Amino acid sequence: MTDTRHVSAIDDSIETEARSFGRQVWDRFRRHKLAVLAAVVLVVLTVSFWVAPALSPYEFDEITPDFRQPPTAAHPFGTDDIGRDLLVRTFMGGRFSIRIALLVALSTTLIGTLLGAVAGYFGGWIDALVSQIINMVLLVPALAILLVLALKWGSSPWSISIVLAALLWTRIARVVRGLFLQYKEQEFVMAARSAGARSGRIMFRHILPNVMGPVVVETTLLVGTAIILESTLSFLGLGVQFPTPTLGNLVAEAKGAIDSNPYRVLLPGSFVMLITLSINFLGDGLRDALDPSSGGGRT
Amino acid sequence: MEVQGLTVEFPTEDGLVRAVRGVDMHIAEGEVLGIVGESGSGKSVTALATMRLLPKRAQVSGQVLFEGRDLLTLSDRAMRGVRGSDIAMIFQDPMTALNPVFTVGEQIVEMIRAHAPVGKPLAWKRTVELLDLVGISEPSRRARQYPHEFSGGMRQRAMIAMAVANRPKLLIADEPTTALDVTIQAQVMEVITEVQKAVGSALLLITHDLGLVAGIAHRVQVMYAGRVFENGATDEIFYRSVNPYTKGLLRSIPRLDAKEKTRLYTIPGLPPSGLSRNEACPFRPRCEFADAVCGTVPELVEVVPGHQSRCHHTQEVSM
Repeated sequence: MTDTRHVSAIDDSIETEARSFGRQVWDRFRRHKLAVLAAVVLVVLTVSFWVAPALSPYEFDEITPDFRQPPTAAHPFGTDDIGRDLLVRTFMGGRFSIRIALLVALSTTLIGTLLGAVAGYFGGWIDALVSQIINMVLLVPALAILLVLALKWGSSPWSISIVLAALLWTRIARVVRGLFLQYKEQEFVMAARSAGARSGRIMFRHILPNVMGPVVVETTLLVGTAIILESTLSFLGLGVQFPTPTLGNLVAEAKGAIDSNPYRVLLPGSFVMLITLSINFLGDGLRDALDPSSGGGRT
Repeated sequence: MEVQGLTVEFPTEDGLVRAVRGVDMHIAEGEVLGIVGESGSGKSVTALATMRLLPKRAQVSGQVLFEGRDLLTLSDRAMRGVRGSDIAMIFQDPMTALNPVFTVGEQIVEMIRAHAPVGKPLAWKRTVELLDLVGISEPSRRARQYPHEFSGGMRQRAMIAMAVANRPKLLIADEPTTALDVTIQAQVMEVITEVQKAVGSALLLITHDLGLVAGIAHRVQVMYAGRVFENGATDEIFYRSVNPYTKGLLRSIPRLDAKEKTRLYTIPGLPPSGLSRNEACPFRPRCEFADAVCGTVPELVEVVPGHQSRCHHTQEVSM
């Protein structure tokens, strides 16, 4: 990654060392065939979501005279009720869905991990406070909140992401809290304290790497959840609004046409499924790859 | 280091557990002090208390003087500077005391860099030297391995390397060999004492195994129910013990020259609960010398210079 040409002999040994960890992770990841396939699928999909619409002769909100068409040579995915090309809309929808999903997954992971770690590590009133907040968020009727927020701030991809993140962080916070409760009793934490490490360092440098596996899995599951939830919201008319397409609202729009043109539901639907599945496989592979004791990688 | 009147109490639902009840202890530069006692005698709690590693609910009083400073009143920040630098600890279970997601070398480098402004390359070089010092072969390759690639004895060696990384003035070893195979125990003890001599630190060796301290410690302090019961030079304790509890412990050591089919001696009964408010000698119910005088806790009195015992019947016991 960085320029290693001018390093001294000793520096070089450190470089080898750093590389060898990355190398091990890669070796372990590579053996997880399904995860590698999933990663390839995700890369291909993501690239195509950004590139394909530019290559299309139609704009995603352009209305053509051919409305309600089944797949044809001119419109491989068909067109919708007012004649917009569904190929370009599906790929644009993929772009927005992925953007929302990543935003939600990353911000949720950040908030959830931070709060979970603090609650689990410090315990006492901090834990009680965070746990109560988690319970409150879980008790709140999510749809009612979403409805209110959607009415107040509209339904841009950004506001939808923020709302979803605010509702979804509790899951990861609970997982991380539990893991921290378990790990803080481990003797290596006491050993780190006896070596003079302060709390922040113990939490983020000593314990956090140990819980990365489950956190990565949760994060990937969240990507799937976010895509599906966004679809659900769109279906209820609370998600991202027209003309901005997402995979979710494309399915929602097509619900009337399920008999006449089932492809309108199946095509964006199968993209949702493909993304969610791939991300879950990727998470599985990453979890195993990031765990140094999950056998080998070394010969 | 000098410990004076150290008392540790834990509030529990059943009342205050008094784990350590007024322990005095001193350890000179380069000295090896063995602390011996049964489970629950307060020996580990004493060690953790001196490093302020007990949970917050523990109520600690007394003084822990280290180079003129009372560690119990230091700021948290100053205390972090002491831990790992002036005083370092070797833990009981090397299986869990190393962080599973970092290489052994990374963990030692971290220990060095936490207390000294050393660059990574230099710290790495020192790490390899340390691993070599504790008898790990191919140290530069081994340093790049993870704890799970080490055997139990190797991990404990790595822990020792980490503990002495900053040349601490005091090394606390809390049951360092309990979790290891018997065959490895002697080797690890040898490494500890060699390294301790090489670094020139004092060693506080906490164990329930009298045999372990015999060849190593200069002095031995026997603890029972949170109190020091006998304290003296190792030979004094082993050959001229005047305390019924120490004598019981000594008789409980398996001997090779024992007659066949004799049962191993055990001290009858169990140690008292830490909740006990009883004013009597805590060893009274298990002691063959017990009588009416034992209704009060005896003082720790000097028997011969440098040898103290806590017993009302010192005269009879020594006969």
